[in-house]
Amino acid sequence: MSGASSGVTREAVEAVWRIESARLIGGLVRIVRDVGLAEDLAQEALVTAMERWPTAGIPDNPGAWLMATAKNRALDELRRRQMQDRKHEEIEKAATGLPAAGPDPETVTDANVGDDLLRLMLVACHPVLSREAHVALTLRLLGGLTTDEIARAFLVSEPTIAQRIVRAKRTLTEARVPFEVPRGPELSARLSSVLEAVYLVFNEGYAATKGDDWMRPQLCEEALRLGRILAELVPREAEVHGLVALMEIHASRFRARVGPSGEPILLLDQDRSRWDRLLVHRGLAALARAEALSQPLGPYALQAAIAGCHARARTAAETDWNRIVALYDALVELTGSPVVELNRAVAVSMAFGPAAGLELVDALVSEPVLASYHLLPTVRGDLLAKLGRTEEAREEFERAATLAQNARERELLLARARACDASRVS
Amino acid sequence: MRVMVMVKATNNSEAGIMPREELISKMMKFNEELVKAGVMLAGDGLHPSSKGKRVRFSGGKKTVVDGPFAETKELIAGYWIWQVQSLEEAVEWARRCPDPMPGEESEIEIRPVFEPEDFGNELTPELRAKEEQLRAEAERKRPSSS
Repeated sequence: MSGASSGVTREAVEAVWRIESARLIGGLVRIVRDVGLAEDLAQEALVTAMERWPTAGIPDNPGAWLMATAKNRALDELRRRQMQDRKHEEIEKAATGLPAAGPDPETVTDANVGDDLLRLMLVACHPVLSREAHVALTLRLLGGLTTDEIARAFLVSEPTIAQRIVRAKRTLTEARVPFEVPRGPELSARLSSVLEAVYLVFNEGYAATKGDDWMRPQLCEEALRLGRILAELVPREAEVHGLVALMEIHASRFRARVGPSGEPILLLDQDRSRWDRLLVHRGLAALARAEALSQPLGPYALQAAIAGCHARARTAAETDWNRIVALYDALVELTGSPVVELNRAVAVSMAFGPAAGLELVDALVSEPVLASYHLLPTVRGDLLAKLGRTEEAREEFERAATLAQNARERELLLARARACDASRVS
Repeated sequence: MRVMVMVKATNNSEAGIMPREELISKMMKFNEELVKAGVMLAGDGLHPSSKGKRVRFSGGKKTVVDGPFAETKELIAGYWIWQVQSLEEAVEWARRCPDPMPGEESEIEIRPVFEPEDFGNELTPELRAKEEQLRAEAERKRPSSS
């Protein structure tokens, strides 16, 4: 024990937990093959640590200590439950590798760790579960967040999240999902739901669709962390690097995208000197990693490439809109999403003028998917204003304001509607 | 939060004595662990101060001073930028770092990086004015950009 015998605070134990919890739960899932049980065991080990470390000090290898403690609890628990012999033997086998006196550091730093984490991510985002469950379980099992923290982040009550997690774990147990890590195309397919969950977490923090909070940076940081971890776990999956690149570049704009009184500042109006250069650099590096794998670019990598075009432009006027249009062409082809088509229309308007953009937007007006999407009238209003059709523009901004869910966005849209009136008068 | 983690210089590091292979491989392993945990954003080792320079500001005068610099313990030999949730997490990671200067007494110093919210109301009037101006420009641009 090298830790000071006093002064081990609750915060210090929590810091260890943050570092170790995912590997711990991942390792336990491998052994007990039950997510709920694995998490309970890990939590009990944490409680024991909370009791002992303040007097004994933090052990030299806290991860191994927690694992050894949890494995002992697993043995006790399984003996008590009298589970079937086969499982029992597995635990015995896994646990006997541990010397009784002091845990062997190698038990947690071996090559299994990567697989353990990946397995945990894949299980948390298993197809038998809903998207909401993916997000909650990922934050809980991989992010080490408490149910209370998850509830606050998503503006739902704590019992709702607790219930969601309990139900998800039960579903996993009942469905007897296999815990093997798939390889090849099956891995890519399974990974896509992990990427989706991570990106949902990021977006929830980035764009706060509900309520008045414009951003919740902690969720973004957590999503970035998970993405960075994932990129090292499966370095040959281009889309993982694409997602990381996309998140790094978006996150680089945090400081520039909100004004002093909390109002959003649009990309082209942002003060680029306030972009976080380190994150821009990391984003472009991740994008280069995705491109270097010479796989066809997927939706995340394409979006990252578009974000990269903005990141590389020193001023808004220097933006390479032609390349952005080409990237959107590829993205529309891949996704067929009307939202992407709307974005493409904006890029076209920047590359070839507002009239060309408006033509594309007008074609989208009857698109049912976009019927209540506030950005459609926002974009349409913007293009109309640029073409001097201010009366129509005002109507579009007002319509957009009624559709916007974020209070600050609504204010901004109403301000733009008023500005149309002003420019008509003058 | 983001922190800068500095490995302080020692007599050996200042003398340009390169770390042994064993330490290098331990450090590489540690760095790998930091990357795999999504903690490390950047990091590098630094040449001794004999290869560095200082620009000193005093009473409106600027003087360029060549290294080496005397106060070894105040110098740094390397740094990382980490993304962590708390200072305690950074401390916990630093505790896992291999002894960076075997055979010598050394220190790792952790300093939180300023975040925009740290400035809060402390933004200077000039900066505020710049913000206001940018905002006004942004507002103006929209309706008139036709």
